[in-house]
Amino acid sequence: MRVLFKTDYNQDVKFAKHSGYVFWYALLLAAVFLAPVALDTYWINELTRVLIYALAGLGLMVVTGFTGQVSLGHAAFMAIGAYTHAFLLTQGVPFIFSLPIAALTSGIVGLMIAIPASRMTGLYLTIASLAFAIVVEDLVIHWESVTGGNRGMVVDPPALFGYEIFEAWEYYYVVLVLLIISIALVLNILRSPLGRSMLAVRDSEISAQSLGIRVARTKVLAFLLSAMLTGLAGGLFAHFIQFLSPETFGILLSIQLLLMIVVGGLGTVHGAIFGAFLIGLLEALISILKDLLPPAIGTQPGLEPGLFGLILVLFIIFEPEGVYGRWVKFRTFLESFPFYRRNTFKRQRSYLKTERMR
Amino acid sequence: MSFFEIENLSLSFGGVKAVDDASFAMEKGEVFTIVGPNGAGKSTIFNMISSFYAPSHGTIRFKGADITAARADEIARIGIARTFQNIELFEHSTVLQNLLIGREIHNHVPVLRQLIFDPGMRRAELAHRRKVEDVIDFLELAHYRDERIANLPYGVRKKIELGRALCVEPELLLLDEPASGLNPEETEDMGFWIDDIKNDLGISVLMIEHDMSLVNEVSDRVMALNNGRVIAEGSAQEVQNHPDVVAAYLGGAA
Ligand SMILES: Nc1ncnc2c1ncn2[C@@H]1O[C@H](COP(=O)(O)OP(=O)(O)OP(=O)(O)O)[C@@H](O)[C@H]1O
Ligand SMILES: [Mg+2]
Repeated sequence: MRVLFKTDYNQDVKFAKHSGYVFWYALLLAAVFLAPVALDTYWINELTRVLIYALAGLGLMVVTGFTGQVSLGHAAFMAIGAYTHAFLLTQGVPFIFSLPIAALTSGIVGLMIAIPASRMTGLYLTIASLAFAIVVEDLVIHWESVTGGNRGMVVDPPALFGYEIFEAWEYYYVVLVLLIISIALVLNILRSPLGRSMLAVRDSEISAQSLGIRVARTKVLAFLLSAMLTGLAGGLFAHFIQFLSPETFGILLSIQLLLMIVVGGLGTVHGAIFGAFLIGLLEALISILKDLLPPAIGTQPGLEPGLFGLILVLFIIFEPEGVYGRWVKFRTFLESFPFYRRNTFKRQRSYLKTERMR
Repeated sequence: MSFFEIENLSLSFGGVKAVDDASFAMEKGEVFTIVGPNGAGKSTIFNMISSFYAPSHGTIRFKGADITAARADEIARIGIARTFQNIELFEHSTVLQNLLIGREIHNHVPVLRQLIFDPGMRRAELAHRRKVEDVIDFLELAHYRDERIANLPYGVRKKIELGRALCVEPELLLLDEPASGLNPEETEDMGFWIDDIKNDLGISVLMIEHDMSLVNEVSDRVMALNNGRVIAEGSAQEVQNHPDVVAAYLGGAA
């Protein structure tokens, strides 16, 4: 077992809590940077998809995992990012400007949604986010001059400083670098007052207020940040699929994003990343499963959403801390072996909370 | 002008008059205690001070300023912090995070700089950290620093909630039943801390408490409430021996 002796307050502020972190994360970083050398185009593409999901999931994590506002409409922010980016490219705006503008547009829409939504709680907010996603989908279908409507829209390959990116591995690096920057920004927020305010709003709005936290402002900022990250993922996704059509960003994608962060582990950055990998794996499994099953079942249109929904429910009931939570428990078990107590993660006692603020 | 006063405060829930024309005033440096049977309206007074409920009638004044209409999130900035009867901690965060959240009103770094976490931001964060560490030392919480609240026993949570309110560095501290659920030993500690909070930190304390040994030990003045009305005020002894108070606790109509 590792016992941490703290000698400096900086240790709690730093990303890496001890030298073990530095080693393992450096190894991980080396692995993801070298991955394209070892993999063929198909797997590089799969990995790119996972990284884009991770970025979108990170966005959703900010609002749902950290701030506690469950959104069932995050695919809409991906749509806004993707279409804004694709449209700007057709207007001759260069990639390096178009992508941030797309993220910002998505962020501003998120801000506008959040101002009324910050007064809602729980289920109402979730339903409002769902309604918002449906409105955006409709808008995409009917605003043909910009989005191509149901005919869809072709997305050109990205060009960086006049250099066109055609190869899968080149695009992989673009996505990877943006993901790493985004993770760093989110980690910064988490060790700052704003991030702590988010956690406070999630766990107890009244005591957050009594400490001077502006609850509505915190939620609005969370939505802004969240929509920007998910919008950025949308812009990157546009190049990845090369062709945008309204059904790409439907409710299924929203559920998939939610599934990702729940399965990965709500409330942690790790959770978003783990979740993206698991969903990537799950998608691959489902496509294999589809071939194995008798055609009558395998070709049912509801198979994917049904399975996603089922897994979501199972995780919420049996493993609410997600795969990352399970991993933390496992690691604690190994580190403290043979002194592990079965009840280490059991809540000591539960206390009844009454409705009134006594 | 008193340091803190409420004047003719009233609030009803449906037909129930939870607080009925209550008034009192306390001075700086005092420990002022509200006692009264269950449902007397004690916590409702706190919730009106916190601006969770708006009184239907009356005024709340702090250092001469009328704060009745202040927003709930302004109360801490004005200089009033509180604890809750049913412990309202941030369950899924660590002790350290909970205490740092108590520093919210002292944070002045704009969001964009928090995002970048520049050296100035780091310095600000370390300064908060030092303050929090003072509170950790004061309440002897060092042992639990990195534990998640959900894993901690009741008595420790109670201390952490007190600590979080101290991190606000308030001038007035509201404690809603600080000793409820504590064993005799922990209750005694709580008494010492309340004394220290008053004498060493110079924070005035407005407290609700049922445990009479604690009330007697720390209170400068005591007020008794029954059915939302003030029925007695004075020293702990005077209030306890007041016939209306005795009647209220025996269940008779006061
Ligand atoms: N939010 C609310 N809605 C309706 N009634 C309420 C609400 N809050 C308090 N009450 C009622 O107001 C009255 C006073 O309640 P309050 O919580 O202030 O009592 P208290 O003196 O703090 O009692 P205790 O010692 O049990 O904490 C009670 O009759 C209670 O049922
Ligand atoms: Mg009460």
